[in-house]
Amino acid sequence: MIEPIFTVNDHTLVWKEGLVVRDALTMMNYTFVMLVIKLNGKLVKKADYDTTPIPQNADLKVIHLISGG
Amino acid sequence: MHTPNLTSATYFTKRDPHAFPLWQKAVVGIAGAGGLGSNIAIALARAGIGTLIIVDYDIVSLENLNRQQFNLDQVGQAKVHALATNIAKFNPFISLCTHQLKVQPDNLCELFGFADILLEAFDDAEQKAMLIDGWLQHYPHKPIIGASGISGYGNSDTIGIHRIDNLYIVGDLHSELQDGISPIAPRVAIVANMQANLALELIANFPQRDVQK
Repeated sequence: MIEPIFTVNDHTLVWKEGLVVRDALTMMNYTFVMLVIKLNGKLVKKADYDTTPIPQNADLKVIHLISGG
Repeated sequence: MHTPNLTSATYFTKRDPHAFPLWQKAVVGIAGAGGLGSNIAIALARAGIGTLIIVDYDIVSLENLNRQQFNLDQVGQAKVHALATNIAKFNPFISLCTHQLKVQPDNLCELFGFADILLEAFDDAEQKAMLIDGWLQHYPHKPIIGASGISGYGNSDTIGIHRIDNLYIVGDLHSELQDGISPIAPRVAIVANMQANLALELIANFPQRDVQK
């Protein structure tokens, strides 16, 4: 049987029912506070990280924003 | 050299016949006029972008001179005004819209709504996130080019362009500011010029209808 998956920045992770965006950040050890996140091309607001579900085969893109300019 | 009879035709010589007319029609927003923004603005003004909208609330300080395109005699001046003065000295044919204001979610559209493309040139990560979130919500069809991970020196080849749809981030995505140490001129200028270069590329590839008339 093929395991259900999703991807974060092109890294493949095992998907399970009930995963939200915050779980993916934890799984990837992403600790930066300021992030831009798109789930299947759609922007996810910071306030929604704990409630936005990750569908099976989802493509999650995360970019860290670091001070300096 | 004194050039009292300078015309745009004589000034804009040897320009790319395809890209230059598109750059002349383009309106580019620059949020921030510090290390990134001052370098971006000068690069785009030299390239021939027709209109720049530049917004920054800050004034020039002595410590800015390590990387920002200002002079000693401009310390204490509003950055947007000092930058406009410096640009006008080499390109009198550009249209500059400057605002000495802090960009916030509730004035983002008023300030930059006419821009074909926005360049994020803030220092603070929270401000960067606010601008990018706001732009992508209001103008998902228009590109925004940000910067993240520009500190230090060396390691030029770790600086890249990271893309999610219409969001582009230039930088190494990991080098953080060290306490008490400012970003340093070459790496800031590399990132700023990569942002500017990408903006020129995107505009040159815009369908004609996407550029402000």
